[in-house]
Amino acid sequence: MSGAVDPTLPLPARRRNPRRRATRHGVVALALLGAVLLAAPLLPEGALSIDRAARALPPDPAHPIGTDMLGRDIAARTLAALAKSVQVGLLAAGASTLVAVVLGLAATFGRAADHVVGVLTELALGLPHFVLLIMIAFAMGGGTTGVVVAVALTHWPRLSRIMRHEAQGIATSDYVAISRALGRSRLWVARHHLAPHLVPQIIAGFIVIFPHAILHEAGLSFIGLGIEPHLPSIGVMMSESLREIMAGHWWVAAAPGLGLMLIALAFERFGEALRQLSGPPGATT
Amino acid sequence: MSAWLPALLAGRMIRLGWLLPLAAAGLFALISLAPIDPVQAYVGGRTSQIGPEQRDAIAAAWGLDRPAAERFASWLGQLARGDLGQSITFNAPVMQVIAARLPASMALVGLAFALSFVLGTLLGLAAGATRGRWPDRVIRTIAVVLAASPGFWVAILLVAVFAVGLGWLPACCATPPGQLASEVTPADSLRHMVLPVATLSVVGIAPLVLHTRQSLIAFLDSPAARHLSAHGASPLRLAFGPGLRHAAGVALTLHLASAGELFGGSVLAETVFAWPGLGQATVRAATGADAPLLMGIGLATLLFVFAGNLLADIAARLADPRLRRVA
Repeated sequence: MSGAVDPTLPLPARRRNPRRRATRHGVVALALLGAVLLAAPLLPEGALSIDRAARALPPDPAHPIGTDMLGRDIAARTLAALAKSVQVGLLAAGASTLVAVVLGLAATFGRAADHVVGVLTELALGLPHFVLLIMIAFAMGGGTTGVVVAVALTHWPRLSRIMRHEAQGIATSDYVAISRALGRSRLWVARHHLAPHLVPQIIAGFIVIFPHAILHEAGLSFIGLGIEPHLPSIGVMMSESLREIMAGHWWVAAAPGLGLMLIALAFERFGEALRQLSGPPGATT
Repeated sequence: MSAWLPALLAGRMIRLGWLLPLAAAGLFALISLAPIDPVQAYVGGRTSQIGPEQRDAIAAAWGLDRPAAERFASWLGQLARGDLGQSITFNAPVMQVIAARLPASMALVGLAFALSFVLGTLLGLAAGATRGRWPDRVIRTIAVVLAASPGFWVAILLVAVFAVGLGWLPACCATPPGQLASEVTPADSLRHMVLPVATLSVVGIAPLVLHTRQSLIAFLDSPAARHLSAHGASPLRLAFGPGLRHAAGVALTLHLASAGELFGGSVLAETVFAWPGLGQATVRAATGADAPLLMGIGLATLLFVFAGNLLADIAARLADPRLRRVA
């Protein structure tokens, strides 16, 4: 067979160094994140303001990605919106990680606690993700707080399962039993045996949750249950672009989505690379 | 066929028996938390015309003046009789709103389900068969990029290209505007479905592609596949012959288990395309503080996810007899 690779051959060496891969993806993701967060406050005064003279312009040198129906520069607005999305996403992903760690570790405190966490997991996974997000955002009355709480309360099950599994494995291991028998306190064991194993998992879990957090934040803002409409956010920009798209103003929608996608993509790859570092071989998605 | 199916069904029904009441209580608590005043949401811009007495009358008519526990008890009582209450935004029984809008959503979700299954499995097999070479890389890149794209952005881009730019397809709604339902031809309906279905099909395809690729690779590395390739079978022949049989069961299980996510995606797709389905109703219920309708939709989607998971379990056991023993 021409060009057919023997499936028994090992993969090319380029893909067999997971540590370097994770570093490379991590540098890209963090550089992108840093660039957005640092550049947004440097936007010149008035970059986000309405300019009646420059309404609905296609891309040109003065406005590299054009302007919207109110004459606002899309490039500047996208940058500000991305910064907002990233900040809310970091907060939400952090809160969700915290929920996951607390519930995952709580599940190891006996059978009753394990059952309670199991039931909570079933409930959280019982509704489609986005429907549950809408319900919680609605319950919080929408707004940025609503987004953070909604994301925090819906993205924890996967990480909490990992936490529970890891913690149980370590707690029942021989070296912990020996350590306890030597008179070490529970706190000492938690600090010296549990934490070194769990912290890398927690960081990887946070990185995995983050892209989902910003995508869902944008979705909620898009349908009007997320970030307040007067603030620049990707979801709000996209929902405004719905009205302009029919007039052929494609640039109003293209840039914000592309920006969000690039950040989500960078972190998705970073998270995936980290997971391959620690997880079992062959585990995808 | 042995007794695995009744045992599985019985187990799942018991789970539904505790999950449903718990979820109902949880949803009710959640929605009662909402700081949005439904009367204010209903009154909206007509504040000047509606005095405090009328507001009280509206609240009393909806039973909002009673304590939450009492409302929950009466809602449960009604639910037992198959009555989900009255939707505020649509001014019709919740049951009727859901029944009227479910078919439109199911048409989208059902078609997207079938299309993304075929597409995802074939792409996954093609990627696995060409592992490490350019078709594999292209397919994986597409899958991962789609997974990181907001679904509503994909929808808007499709509208910009195919509806506005090229003018091939309609950008909105399930039927041409201004036509009676009796005037709409099946061809028209189909044309209106193309963009929403395309959006829904591609947005959630990544897990399926990557999973199918992975299970094909596992098969290609197995002794059985090595034996076949020693006899001269090419990776492509292996992939779409025995490999397909190997991967299809796992793929179907995974796809059924994530069917609920398709409904989540259809909330956004229906918003972009103004599709008259349940997803759009969800958004209107949430922005209009329509608690009874939200509760109804919550329970309906819970059953939808539950059914998807149950079918996934059945598919897994049909595909792999070894699982039947442990059920």
